[in-house]
Amino acid sequence: MAWNEPGGSGNKDPWGNRNDNQGPPDLDEVFKKFQDKVTKLFGGGKGGSGNKSGSGGGMGASFIAIVLVSVWALSGIYIVDEGTEGVVLHLGQYDNSAAPGPHWYPRFIQSVYVVNTENVREIVLGRKSMEALMLTKDENIVDVEFTVQYKIKDARNFLFNVSDPDLTVVQATESAMRENVGKGKMDFVIKDGRLEIAAATEKLIQQILDRYKAGIAITNVNMQNAQPPEQVQHAFDDAIKAREDKERVINEAQAYSNDILPRARGKGARTVQEAQGYRDELIAIADGEAQRFTKLLTEYKKAPKVTRQRLYLETMEKVYQNTSKVMVDVKQGNSLMYLPLDKIINRQRSTSSTNEADSSSDVSDQATSSAPASTRVDSRTRTREAR
Amino acid sequence: MKPGSIISMVVLGIGLFVASGSIFIVSETELAIKFQLGEIVKSDYKPGWHFKVPFVNNVRKYDRRILTLDARPARYITKEKKNVLVDFFVKWRINDVEKFYKSMNGSINTARTRIYTIVNDGLRSEMSSRTVKEVISGERSALMDKTKDIGNIGVKNFGIEVVDVRVKRMDYEQSISASIYRRMVAERTRVAKEFRSKGAEAAERIRADADRQRTVLLAEAYREAQKTRGDGDATAAAIYSKAYNKDPEFYAFYRSLDAYRSSFANQDDLLVMQPDSEFFKYFKKAK
Repeated sequence: MAWNEPGGSGNKDPWGNRNDNQGPPDLDEVFKKFQDKVTKLFGGGKGGSGNKSGSGGGMGASFIAIVLVSVWALSGIYIVDEGTEGVVLHLGQYDNSAAPGPHWYPRFIQSVYVVNTENVREIVLGRKSMEALMLTKDENIVDVEFTVQYKIKDARNFLFNVSDPDLTVVQATESAMRENVGKGKMDFVIKDGRLEIAAATEKLIQQILDRYKAGIAITNVNMQNAQPPEQVQHAFDDAIKAREDKERVINEAQAYSNDILPRARGKGARTVQEAQGYRDELIAIADGEAQRFTKLLTEYKKAPKVTRQRLYLETMEKVYQNTSKVMVDVKQGNSLMYLPLDKIINRQRSTSSTNEADSSSDVSDQATSSAPASTRVDSRTRTREAR
Repeated sequence: MKPGSIISMVVLGIGLFVASGSIFIVSETELAIKFQLGEIVKSDYKPGWHFKVPFVNNVRKYDRRILTLDARPARYITKEKKNVLVDFFVKWRINDVEKFYKSMNGSINTARTRIYTIVNDGLRSEMSSRTVKEVISGERSALMDKTKDIGNIGVKNFGIEVVDVRVKRMDYEQSISASIYRRMVAERTRVAKEFRSKGAEAAERIRADADRQRTVLLAEAYREAQKTRGDGDATAAAIYSKAYNKDPEFYAFYRSLDAYRSSFANQDDLLVMQPDSEFFKYFKKAK
């Protein structure tokens, strides 16, 4: 088992940061710390050994020794970035956690894991079709996509308690989301329950991970996509369309109602108004005629005979003026006489249509010629009319 | 180079070699067993550095952390004899490395196989005592906890602890899934039909109501109109009779004249007359 394996995805190499970050480390401080540590480790034997090798005359050997020591010493410099935490193991045993800043450790004796505790990691579940399908409480199948964001809350637990913590998050999520989706009915899962299920899932994942002491905090669980599976999508779409259709036909009916009712009211109002007009007209006419009659009656009462005569003659005059007429001055025995009345009328029609002014006399003429038997009647009629 | 320094270098080298062979480091993530000529001497090491005798002792290390056993989906039969595909994982750890080594021959893979067998059997029996509905929604966590307990009883003597058994996927087989899809489609079709027919029903109601209102409106207007007309007729009749009753005889005369005038107002009207009416009283004689 490699020492640096559990360090998480981005931070497998504890020394990776040195390459990434060439920011100016406080070298004086580092060197001082280094000196302190060396002094502590070798019990202040540094100066003595240097003198000894120099006096021993092995200039080359001591030079090599110094170079090796320097390389070893320099290789122990590391920087803990802001937002990360260094976990130091002293001979395999947890020693301390290094805060952000430059540090030194004695290689081969200690080892350091730098873990990013701020970086939010994300996993998405449900992209693959089989992974996304879940059973609901009412034994329907839904297609769900979850996004889980998490970060490391305890670097020591994260490193030492669970092998492959990131995979564990995936597994816990798969289990938790299915458990919670399985608790709800399909409609609930698809529509109203999304936030609720996401919240419950977040809680459950956290519980599972805490049981393993995985040192991971779930920061967010999102149920991104909850829909019926592809195979039945069209039926669901149709149901939604049907709901719209329902609204549409109701609105259309409402429109029909809104269209005909005001018209009917208008028509009704017209009927009533017409009737009122009729009534008022009738009354007005009656009133007028009654008044006329009453007035005339008053005058009539004063001189009934004359007035009566006058009225009669005037009326008859008007009547005769306006009509065609045939005078038959024969007492009885009119069996001899033949009057072609229909011809007279037809004649009348055609002449009146050509606007002949003295039509009545013409008619009489024609009548005479067509009926020679009644010459006397004719001539008289003609003379009367002509004058 | 002086021989003295070479000798000291060699001595230092040998010293380092021996020292490194006599020290072993147990990490935070590890468990270790020390053997002496094949026999277990000590196994309860804490993380840190420990001594051993080179060539006499040797050390084996195991993972102290929680390990994962991710099983492949397998078929289980529920109480109502339905086939369900279940995909689960087991979280386990070695809690007694000496027992573990003895019972599993020190092989992690053997341990995995044994754990899988035990948990699988447990799950099978738990599944068979529950219905699909219970398994899916109600008793999922109970099922998992029970299976975990069964697993723990099974591995008790192996120095292993089953930390958790969790079901991931629980699905029907493909053929059953297809019939579920058919059922879902049928169900949605029912809903769609219901929406449409309810819409038609509501629309028809609205239209019928509107038609009824229109009919009633028009009829009421007609009633009102006829009443008004009747009023008119009655009032007019009253006015006429009141006026004409003053002299019915004159009214008859007057009205007759009016009627003559309006009846014979056209050139088309042909009158054939004898000069013996009142009008022709003086027609043939002057007196």
